[in-house]
Amino acid sequence: MAEIQSNEGGGKKKGGSKQKKISVHVDFTPMVDMNMLLITFFMLCTSLNKPQTMELSMPSNDKNITKDQQSEVKASKALTILLDKNNKVYYFAGQPDYKNYNSLKELSYDAKSQNSIRSLLVMRNQDAVSKIQLLKQQKLELKISQDTFTAQVARIKNGKNTPVVIIKATDAATYENVIDVLDEMQICNIGKYVIDNITKDDKLLIEGKQTNGASTQGAAK
Amino acid sequence: MSKVKVARKSTRIDMTAMSDVTVLLLTFFMLTSTFVKKEPVMVATPASVSEIKIPETNILQILIDPAGKVFMSLDKQSDMVNVLQAVGGEYGVEFTEKQISKFKLLPTFGVPIKDMKTFLDMKPEEQDKVLKDYGIPTDSVDNQFKIWVKNARKTNSDLRIAIKADKNTPYAVIKKVMTSLQDLRENRYNLITALKNS
Repeated sequence: MAEIQSNEGGGKKKGGSKQKKISVHVDFTPMVDMNMLLITFFMLCTSLNKPQTMELSMPSNDKNITKDQQSEVKASKALTILLDKNNKVYYFAGQPDYKNYNSLKELSYDAKSQNSIRSLLVMRNQDAVSKIQLLKQQKLELKISQDTFTAQVARIKNGKNTPVVIIKATDAATYENVIDVLDEMQICNIGKYVIDNITKDDKLLIEGKQTNGASTQGAAK
Repeated sequence: MSKVKVARKSTRIDMTAMSDVTVLLLTFFMLTSTFVKKEPVMVATPASVSEIKIPETNILQILIDPAGKVFMSLDKQSDMVNVLQAVGGEYGVEFTEKQISKFKLLPTFGVPIKDMKTFLDMKPEEQDKVLKDYGIPTDSVDNQFKIWVKNARKTNSDLRIAIKADKNTPYAVIKKVMTSLQDLRENRYNLITALKNS
């Protein structure tokens, strides 16, 4: 409904010219209608947030890797986390002791709980965590640049005394459990972690823990 | 007693400003949002604190539903065609021109190769209905998933692998996918997660 209104009075100002001044008013209502429709379409058919991703590097299971390419882990620095069904988590430090199911400790996913994965990892990784805290503070105060920050963080994470976490999940654990644990690695600034296949002994150890030793005989052999 | 004459005012409102606003909003939505891809199964991704955004191109997305069915999607149509022909070649299945052009338009695929021909001959509506009952076989005996990934890598070496799985998927399924990828020496990949709001 575009309308053209001719303004009769306009011509009087200039005495000589007889040309009529035409003011053009376009009705924008249909335009608004169309735009609203388009907006609704975009709001319904698109998603605003792009999904997040987590980058993961798995160890190569190539059998031709020579001895010196393999990295050995000091037993004192190793920490094995076992994930089981029904959101159960267990861990043992260092070498596994398959004879004694009490070497396995139970953990919880809930960060607020007393024996959460986070409190354990932060305790183990105290040195790196406090150093990174300090760096973050410095970055906030703009004392160091982003580049030096990331370089420093990477250096601290791969430092000599940081713990090495081995994550083993049973078949019944859910994908969410795995992601949660990987998440904790990021929160607790653990640079060295690996997802490994669970062994039969590990499974028996969990079973022993759950049944209070009824099946530890099998594990001991 | 004279009647009060109410002046007749035109009730027309100038819509120009309104139109400006809507155009601005529209531009905002067009620039910031991404289209939702049609996926055969609903997948609720687990939350994480990771804030890395996924790159937009060269993604090979592996979709895993809670029951353990595996689907795949590629973002480039030219890659899709090459991969289909390569995989078909390995299993001795030939596709007609029409089937290939239909495959090219699929947002997600995940059909055992022996059923691929019948699947591609279906109408799009039927395809949507049956796709969720299929899934690429990942068994160690008949690991077609591995063949798909291998050929996808061959056609596009810049491809990044992203795994999108439901949070209730048993780890056994994920492990099967991961070991298949490890066998192909694909040791770096992305796990798609949602942002944790804590």
